[in-house]
Amino acid sequence: MAKFRKNGKRSVAALSTASLPDIVFMLLFFFMSVTSMKETDYKVKIKLPAATEVKKLEKKSLVSYLYIGAPLSSFQAKYGTEPTLQLNDKISSIYDVAEYVDSERLKHDEAEVPLMTYSLKVDSDAKMGIVTDIKQELRKVQALKINYSTLKVERKGNN
Amino acid sequence: MARQVGEINASSQADIAFLLLIFFLVTTSMNVDQGLYRQLPPINNEENQKADKVNERNILIVLINKDNQLAVESELADINDLTETTIEFLTNPRNREDLAEKVKASVRLEEAIAKGNTEEAAALKKVVELCGDPEITKGIVSLQNDRGTNYETYIAVQNNIVQAYNIIRDKFSMENFGKVYDELSNDEQKLVRLVIPLNISEAEPRSVK
Repeated sequence: MAKFRKNGKRSVAALSTASLPDIVFMLLFFFMSVTSMKETDYKVKIKLPAATEVKKLEKKSLVSYLYIGAPLSSFQAKYGTEPTLQLNDKISSIYDVAEYVDSERLKHDEAEVPLMTYSLKVDSDAKMGIVTDIKQELRKVQALKINYSTLKVERKGNN
Repeated sequence: MARQVGEINASSQADIAFLLLIFFLVTTSMNVDQGLYRQLPPINNEENQKADKVNERNILIVLINKDNQLAVESELADINDLTETTIEFLTNPRNREDLAEKVKASVRLEEAIAKGNTEEAAALKKVVELCGDPEITKGIVSLQNDRGTNYETYIAVQNNIVQAYNIIRDKFSMENFGKVYDELSNDEQKLVRLVIPLNISEAEPRSVK
């Protein structure tokens, strides 16, 4: 009954890994397309408030960010615990807003300047005082298109 | 004579790709940026102040004080009722004297023609043709806050007001185009925005009692 004789050792063909790079590249491209670069490292604590009526930010390249929140604990010795403003990588005063807007504008064509959006990422525990001051500074330099950055939640109930 | 070239070993390609993948995973973030869009008014000069004179019944004043209490038209209100109050104010279904005035689109059209504003006139004409002369509200929601107001409350109030506008827009879109606002084409959205303009004014900073 040689037909049913079992070999003591059966050799398994080596698994071909030739397609592994293709699979990984596919993953890579997937992640490259769905994610976006982190803009900056936060130096302030930002817990965004939630809202239901949000719209997505379009044209990422035309968006400039202003962060407002209490400094992280490692910066509190220097900047205190009150909510402050962070522009680019450093904690700034509200009087730097005008300069920041100018420098952001210089990065773009003149035609694009009216389309530029300023996204305010404000911690939900911050007070409106500093937000209002910054809004005033933005108005002074004619940066009028703003976006209050929020998280999205679904509407409650059926309205 | 062609020389035989040995096959290049591709086994490290996977490692390279993994490395790239991990790099991108670390440096990028998944969350999409989203939020509430708002157009700030230009900084006040005298011209603007003149233009700002609006009939009092057309302004819904929403105040938030430093204790995050809400007042609508100087009466204490609950934040959860704000959406409904705003809808009532803007649509004014019973044509009450103390809520926002409404103008027929055809009247607006004549005004635009008289002013020589051809772009607006063309859009309004389309509105009259497509949507059967709807009434355009003159209502403005004026949002005033104190320096001590919490940002979270402020956003919640903003959100509820925007929600009121979105509900009215959706209703109007359903009635006239059979779809909700978000699913309309750009041109149709423009018409809806013309009939129901988002008029939220964030007033000059001042202290609110």
